[in-house]
Amino acid sequence: MTTRPARRTDRRRRLTGPTAVSAAALLALSACSASSGTSGTDGAAAGSRSPSAPAGLSGTVTVFAAASLKESFTELGTRFEKAHPGTHVSLNFGGSDTLAAGITGGAPADVFAAASTRTMSVVTDQGDADGAPVTFARNQLEIATLPGNPDRITSLADLTRPGLKVVLCDASVPCGAAARKALDAGGVSLTPVSYEEDVKGALNKVVLKEADAALVYRTDVKAAGDKVAGVDFPEAARAVNDYPIVALKNGDNAAAARAFIDLVRSADGRKVLTDTGFRTP
Amino acid sequence: MTPPRPTGTATVLPGGPRRGRPRTGVPLPLLLPALAGLAFLVLPLAALLVRAPWSSLPEQLTSPEVWQALRLSLVCATSATALSLVVGVPLAWLLARTDFPGRGLVRALVTLPLVLPPVVGGVALLLALGRNGIVGRWLDAWFGVTLPFTTAGVILAETFVAMPFLVITVEGTLRAADRRYEEAAQTLGASRFTAFRRVTLPLIAPGVAAGAVLAWARALGEFGATITFAGNFPGRTQTMPLAVYLALQNDPAAAIALSLVLLAVSVAVLAGLRDRWTNAS
Repeated sequence: MTTRPARRTDRRRRLTGPTAVSAAALLALSACSASSGTSGTDGAAAGSRSPSAPAGLSGTVTVFAAASLKESFTELGTRFEKAHPGTHVSLNFGGSDTLAAGITGGAPADVFAAASTRTMSVVTDQGDADGAPVTFARNQLEIATLPGNPDRITSLADLTRPGLKVVLCDASVPCGAAARKALDAGGVSLTPVSYEEDVKGALNKVVLKEADAALVYRTDVKAAGDKVAGVDFPEAARAVNDYPIVALKNGDNAAAARAFIDLVRSADGRKVLTDTGFRTP
Repeated sequence: MTPPRPTGTATVLPGGPRRGRPRTGVPLPLLLPALAGLAFLVLPLAALLVRAPWSSLPEQLTSPEVWQALRLSLVCATSATALSLVVGVPLAWLLARTDFPGRGLVRALVTLPLVLPPVVGGVALLLALGRNGIVGRWLDAWFGVTLPFTTAGVILAETFVAMPFLVITVEGTLRAADRRYEEAAQTLGASRFTAFRRVTLPLIAPGVAAGAVLAWARALGEFGATITFAGNFPGRTQTMPLAVYLALQNDPAAAIALSLVLLAVSVAVLAGLRDRWTNAS
């Protein structure tokens, strides 16, 4: 009973030798393709890697990801497991702040994908990141309104129309801070009926038709399907949220962590992300 | 009319303890768990006091938003308790004193809000009384009344989660109360309602008061149903628990300070009431 796990860690240690080498090679490869900047080489690199990589990748890779990444990362996790038989992607979604607190508290995670650079810096400041974070997605605000847009809302200024019930996120949460920035950028002074505690709270008020409009993220509008209509507005570009991703020191599957991050940043990964409403850098 | 002497006044039972008078010491099997229970309840509060930002407390407490939220909390919790008394006591009487098919089911339904996560309760209230709710849409169409995002909405949300405490307490007291007084009053010509008003109600007053205190305390701390049904707007629907939660997002010290205010006020009110009753009885 006591020798079994010991032997297992031993075997893993022996395995990590060649894995580490190949991981370093992969890292160099991906660094090259990343610096070359074209998505084509990146995608090609990811494609050519898959046949050779499975030899080195096994075990579980634990990914802590912001709640808004649920749809896209669940899909990417499935793809990763398919591309690397024998691996398992364990996904933990939550508020970025909560996840960051978990990681700095010693939670055994291999990858952290945050919804803001501020929450990422909590982890990097504690020295828990293995390498520098890279931005892999961007999210921006959109007006969510009732299906079919019965109030004919076309701009941020339309939200100030009397009789229109608008909800915003509270300024203490990221979507509220972004809303404030966008409203300031547009010179729009708006008094909502409520400052919601998070973005889903704001969205749900429109889904349940209690409010006529809310400022939420594009990904939320996309996830709500036909229950709300989305209206883009130019001021949203002034309040964009960057999503950084990084490998973690606490993790015990560094090679798979890097491979997962490569997948997220590959052409396939970008496709999945843009399908759920993100923009990619 | 002297009440029939209750059986079981402890001290002079024949065949009691061998020694002439009962022992007054507290048995250890009761004392130890009691102390453990007390410590468990008090410890988190003590931690709150220990970690409170005492130096910045005065400045936190002089902000007008805090007093606004506190005043709203007290007004809403008291209104919710009053509303619970008006409909909850008759409901408890119905459950305790009448026999109708499905009474067990009705009693289970009454306790349902205790089990329901408050946020779900808030969504249920929106579906029932919201602008687009099954009853709320008629309120809106006929009377122009919309409840979400209003102070009235806060009171309703708090009543929904707090009233079961009152109903259960009062029903228990009614069952324990001696029915013979009511029956005597009725044989002497009082109507059933007069008997309730003049005989039963004074008899169960301590139980009603205890239930009201429970309901008031629950209403004062209510968060989930309130923010879901009534939203969060300073001065209109932002009660103390909402202010505490939002402060927790980026200023935990302020959140602790606000919690302390809420605790201090509730302890003062409850202790004050308690003294009044014990003096009265």
